[in-house]
Amino acid sequence: MLLNGLKNDKVMASVLAALAAISLIVPLCNLLFAPDSPLYFSAYTVSLIGKYLTFALLGMSLDLVWGYCGILALGQGAFFALGGYVMGMYLMRQIGSRGVYGDPVLPDFMVFLDWKELPWYWHGFDQFWLAALMIVLVPGLLAFVFGWLAFRSRVTGVYLSIITQALTYALMLAFFRNEMGFGGNNGLTDFKDILGFNIQSDAVRACLLMASGITLILALLISRRVINSKLGRVVTAVRDQEMRVRFLGYRVENFKLWVFVFAAMLAGMAGALYVPQVGIINPSEFSPLNSLEVVIWVAVGGRGTLYGAIVGAVLVNYAKTLLTGWAPEIWLFFLGAAFILVTVLLPDGLLGFWRRHPKEQKQ
Amino acid sequence: MSVPALKAGQVDTRHGTILYLEDVSVSFDGFKALNNLSLYIGAGELRCLIGPNGAGKTTLMDVITGKTRPDSGSVFFGQTIDLLQMDEPAIAQAGICRKFQKPSVFETLSVFENLELALATDKGVWATLFARLNGTQRERIEQVLETIGLTGHRSRPAGILSHGQKQWLEIGMLLMQEPQVMLVDEPVAGMTHQEVERTAELLLSLRGERSIIVVEHDMEFVRSIAQRVTVLHEGTVLTEGSMDEVQNDPRVIQVYLGD
Repeated sequence: MLLNGLKNDKVMASVLAALAAISLIVPLCNLLFAPDSPLYFSAYTVSLIGKYLTFALLGMSLDLVWGYCGILALGQGAFFALGGYVMGMYLMRQIGSRGVYGDPVLPDFMVFLDWKELPWYWHGFDQFWLAALMIVLVPGLLAFVFGWLAFRSRVTGVYLSIITQALTYALMLAFFRNEMGFGGNNGLTDFKDILGFNIQSDAVRACLLMASGITLILALLISRRVINSKLGRVVTAVRDQEMRVRFLGYRVENFKLWVFVFAAMLAGMAGALYVPQVGIINPSEFSPLNSLEVVIWVAVGGRGTLYGAIVGAVLVNYAKTLLTGWAPEIWLFFLGAAFILVTVLLPDGLLGFWRRHPKEQKQ
Repeated sequence: MSVPALKAGQVDTRHGTILYLEDVSVSFDGFKALNNLSLYIGAGELRCLIGPNGAGKTTLMDVITGKTRPDSGSVFFGQTIDLLQMDEPAIAQAGICRKFQKPSVFETLSVFENLELALATDKGVWATLFARLNGTQRERIEQVLETIGLTGHRSRPAGILSHGQKQWLEIGMLLMQEPQVMLVDEPVAGMTHQEVERTAELLLSLRGERSIIVVEHDMEFVRSIAQRVTVLHEGTVLTEGSMDEVQNDPRVIQVYLGD
């Protein structure tokens, strides 16, 4: 059912095939070939590509909100970071007595702060199932409360964009505080195990990449199904003529809320897959700049296509990896220039440009 | 004489009136857009609203459809439904639908999809997510496509239609909603003579089955469809009557031509 009509959607089918190939080939080549073989992918490459895949999921979640619903949310990174913190809490609890201070229950930073017992909201996070549930519930709940208030009061356009920035900024400040109980400045790190396996091992890294790839593919297929449903058409109509949709009898705020919460849950999953692959989560993930970068990925790839956001996220982050290694000081200039050039020259992004051209030739 | 019993969810029009507006006033920054306006629309009636610019015609439609809250007065749909307690989607679902002055179709969606969105059905989020058109609904859309003469354009994006075709598509969207009251703001603006005639025929054929309020500047068009005409001036009803009565009313002449 999820694959209906893929034949007529060549670009989508190619992106899906590429994602499936990456999620299979990269981990297998890492595990099966010797380090001196030309087909070998290093552990570094595996983590890097795994990280790109989580960014791609984050970008796609923003495209649902921005590209289809017309809400320029500048705080999508907040949901990503929350999902990441939930995963971080689970991973912290797996350390057990192997921490520097050797406390069987309390994570190191709590011992250091001289806390005597686990805060109530840390209970149960040693159970993976609870953490997995919270990875979608926590971002989803925040998106629900925030969206319910904002959309019901009909906050739109630039005002909504500003308060989403404020939301992620406020969360960043809050998570910097030691009293919050999330490790303050340093965040959560020094992870040892995930589901009982060593998080540093090649096999686990390969599995994490595969899990990121599979999650992305499933999320893309489900999102595509949502967009092709009548709800997708209502949401597109809201983007173009919000008032008119109300007069057709649709409660516009509920539709916006649905998409906003759904996208926040996807962003939460992306964050949760990101953290074990990079080995740390700290409050800088809430930085407003991060959320702005996500907007640029989507704009570069092309809004309102889902796969455009995926391609944009991978391309921009690949460029970031190259440039920050080669000349870190020009990275932000490059990012700004890319955004301006795409906005002025390719308003539909790289894929929009590519997709439109063959059509014109046919006609 | 006994009054027939009311079915659940039915609008109470047992007194023959479907819309009651009483002493409605709306002001924007001190400007009185509507000034103690009272207006009654009969069930199944086709009423034309005319009046010079700024007479309050569009504000009146905004009040009925929930877009603007009046400062005072009451607005009832049938005898029991208080429209001032409801928001736009609730009023639309209750059966009062509106065509805007400026055609506002969804340009990136196809003609068929525009009609599909307007279709009278459960408009909740989850119902919409899992909605699939059944045979009757498909037939209904085909029927309306036929009525508005856009069958050949069904898969084209609404954005590339001509101005007149967009007007028709919007009328089609009104029909899809199966409303009891249709508010039609300037339906023939930008239409060719032939299209105007077809619009008049269509509106006349709906009379009786639905109540229709038409706002229009094209007097020839108004004459061709009107039973009763209401003239608005400075936010209040100046006079009401047949087209001939209204056109010969010296106050109307004065309002339109000035002193």
